[in-house]
Amino acid sequence: MCLAVPGKVIAIAEPDGADASPLLRTGTVDFGGVTKEVNMAYVPDAKMGDYVVVHVGFAISVMDENEANQVFEYLRQMDEAGDLAPDRSPTA
Amino acid sequence: MNIEGPVCPVPLSRYPAIVMAHGGGGRLMRDLIENAFISAFGAVGDRPAHDSAALDLPTARIAFTTDSFVIRPLFFPNADIGELAVYGTVNDLAMGGARPLYLSASFILEEGLPVDTLMRVVQSMSRAAADTGVAIVTGDTKVVEKGRCDGMYITTAGVGSLECVGTIGPAEVREGDTVIVSGDLGRHGIAVMAVREGFAFGTQIVSDCAPLWDPVQALLASGAEVHCLRDLTRGGLASALVEIAESAHIEVTVTEEAIPVADAVRSACEILGYDPLHVANEGRFVAFVRSDHADRAIEALRTCAVSADAVSIGRVTASGEGRVLLRTVGGLRPVDMLSGEQLPRIC
Amino acid sequence: MRFVDEYRSSADAQRLAARIADVVRSDWTIMEVCGGQTHSIVRFGLDQMLPEQITLVHGPGCPVCVTPLEMIDRAIAIASRPEVIFCSFGDMLRVPGSSQDLMSAKASGADVRMVYSPLDAVELARANPDREVVFFAVGFETTAPANAGAVEMARVQNLRNFSVLVSHVLVPPAITAILSSPDCRVNGFLAAGHVCTITGCLEYEPIAAQYRVPIVVTGFEPVDILQGVLMCVEQLERRRHTVENQYARSVRREGNPAAMAMIGKVMEVTDRTWRGIGAIPMSGLRLRDAYADFDAERKFDVGSITAQESPDCISGLVLQGLKRPNQCAAFGTMCTPEHPLGATMVSSEGACAAYYRYRRTPAAGAAQPTHAGHQP
Repeated sequence: MCLAVPGKVIAIAEPDGADASPLLRTGTVDFGGVTKEVNMAYVPDAKMGDYVVVHVGFAISVMDENEANQVFEYLRQMDEAGDLAPDRSPTA
Repeated sequence: MNIEGPVCPVPLSRYPAIVMAHGGGGRLMRDLIENAFISAFGAVGDRPAHDSAALDLPTARIAFTTDSFVIRPLFFPNADIGELAVYGTVNDLAMGGARPLYLSASFILEEGLPVDTLMRVVQSMSRAAADTGVAIVTGDTKVVEKGRCDGMYITTAGVGSLECVGTIGPAEVREGDTVIVSGDLGRHGIAVMAVREGFAFGTQIVSDCAPLWDPVQALLASGAEVHCLRDLTRGGLASALVEIAESAHIEVTVTEEAIPVADAVRSACEILGYDPLHVANEGRFVAFVRSDHADRAIEALRTCAVSADAVSIGRVTASGEGRVLLRTVGGLRPVDMLSGEQLPRIC
Repeated sequence: MRFVDEYRSSADAQRLAARIADVVRSDWTIMEVCGGQTHSIVRFGLDQMLPEQITLVHGPGCPVCVTPLEMIDRAIAIASRPEVIFCSFGDMLRVPGSSQDLMSAKASGADVRMVYSPLDAVELARANPDREVVFFAVGFETTAPANAGAVEMARVQNLRNFSVLVSHVLVPPAITAILSSPDCRVNGFLAAGHVCTITGCLEYEPIAAQYRVPIVVTGFEPVDILQGVLMCVEQLERRRHTVENQYARSVRREGNPAAMAMIGKVMEVTDRTWRGIGAIPMSGLRLRDAYADFDAERKFDVGSITAQESPDCISGLVLQGLKRPNQCAAFGTMCTPEHPLGATMVSSEGACAAYYRYRRTPAAGAAQPTHAGHQP
């Protein structure tokens, strides 16, 4: 359910033919020194060099690097704000 | 693998696979012993003896140990059951501070095992023994019906001479001792699991299976006061530390950040949901040394290739209740042995 | 590892914990509904960092723990058939059925194989045309696209010897069931980041509104979980109750459309029984009729299964956060990781197993190793 790990896309193999099932789209993902073949059916927009989150052999999302940095931006604001919590409107 | 086998006389080559008669005590078994075992193990001097080996020992006090090896698969990245059988027992002797000298090797072979497979394993054992300067001096062979064992089981027993001055064991551990690990964790367990379960990792992670007498010898020669040694095998670092802590009634505190794990192993653990603390190793050990001798100990260990990355990971923080604590992100938390082998998880 | 290591910073975790302590005024009970988050909390000792006013409770977030007993028995019955190669994720192998688990069935001769991905099972079917390959398709929404994809892959490859035993469960109905219980003491939720990576956050908005509870979609690393707790506490202190997304680097509000489409193509919502909790309507997934040929439940007639749960096991109460593991009479005595009575003691992030591993030695001078934020 929950164990999914981010890795970098270093190769993508598109299926042949216009009618080919999207399930045939695969890629090679580098997880900090270990590489695995991963099914890319659910990340049609993933490109070379993107980071994807992989669960049981399927990429399930493309990592949004801006949002990834937001966590640390939040921490920085937290320090600066002192007593006031940073104003957070739901980013959902 | 470049196998330089013994020049094999005809009888053995007539049988591509092991049959029941190879364990039957008759001519076939005699041939097997001569052509498979004696020609490989006998190369270090005295030929392996018939019933028992008469040995000269350099010291009055000896260390004696035994272990059985039932690993599946028989061959895995960088090593095989044969090397494991030699190094495993050599290392148990080394952990007591004893210089490994002689080994026995007993085989239980499964009917149908290809003779080539047996020869590969035997050659590995021969090489491993030569590497560590031990002689395999006696042994036994049995054959069981197909299905009654996984190809082969090997039991080795070993004798070593105790050259160190003091005693080495959990009872010697003192509050304040530094805990040193000889190198990075988890290679063996990941390598074996990957082959056994068919989990392909593009970068092959290879077993760290290796003999440990050289670094132990260097450690003892450095003059550092060594209180306890334990090689890390099944159950990983966690099991070794918990066993020592419980027998010595001490509290050991180790720091997560200090524990070395290679990037590829860490990534493999993340993917499978493994904790590196519990993953098996075969060429690593922990040393408990007097704290003011720790630097000297680490320097000595780093002179050997197999312990070139030796590092301090913690200390003995109290005596009394036996337990192990890990300093992690959220502070201290207890470490315990797992009840079974870790299984890859999806949660 | 990038996008992992930076979220394990001890310094950042401590800053967040300090901030939570600053902000909190009242006592709050926050439930996380994800085995992966439970695991992270226990492994990194995150609950120890929280102030006394915060009680962190583990919900039914472990699909292994909630797979019905009857389903385990059915799996073992199918696995025991000589023509079957039964494939499963590692988590499921030691979960006790009425009399044994899949691991002991394997020891008795069943061909049970552990796989990392359902696609490995499809490959096994392709490579072994004379055997029947059955895959145990468990999980929450995170795993559903993978399992659905495997079935679709088998269909595209015209495999006749592949089928799945489906026991999928959905998170939002479980949260609703917990919130509807008169005993419910949960004030806020951390929603599972990888479940929401697939489904998005939309389903949680009506729950937050109806029950007036904040729900923060949260990741799995220490910084994620602590930030999630902080965001939840801030809402609680301000009497707000909306859905927020802490894990925005992976979760989009609308989720993953391609993954959702595949689930919808292959599966449909159904009623499901949750082990220890009971039947929750429309809380699971099953294969659509169009995929009946791939449904192991229809393919293999294993007779009627009468499942027998241990009378001493209170997993259900633990899963709902109503009892702590150490309040169970069997805990640590009849029921241990070596001989578990229920799933919460087997699964590595089941609350009972986690509690067992850390209950024995509360370290002097260190915070208490419980899963709550204060003394039990």
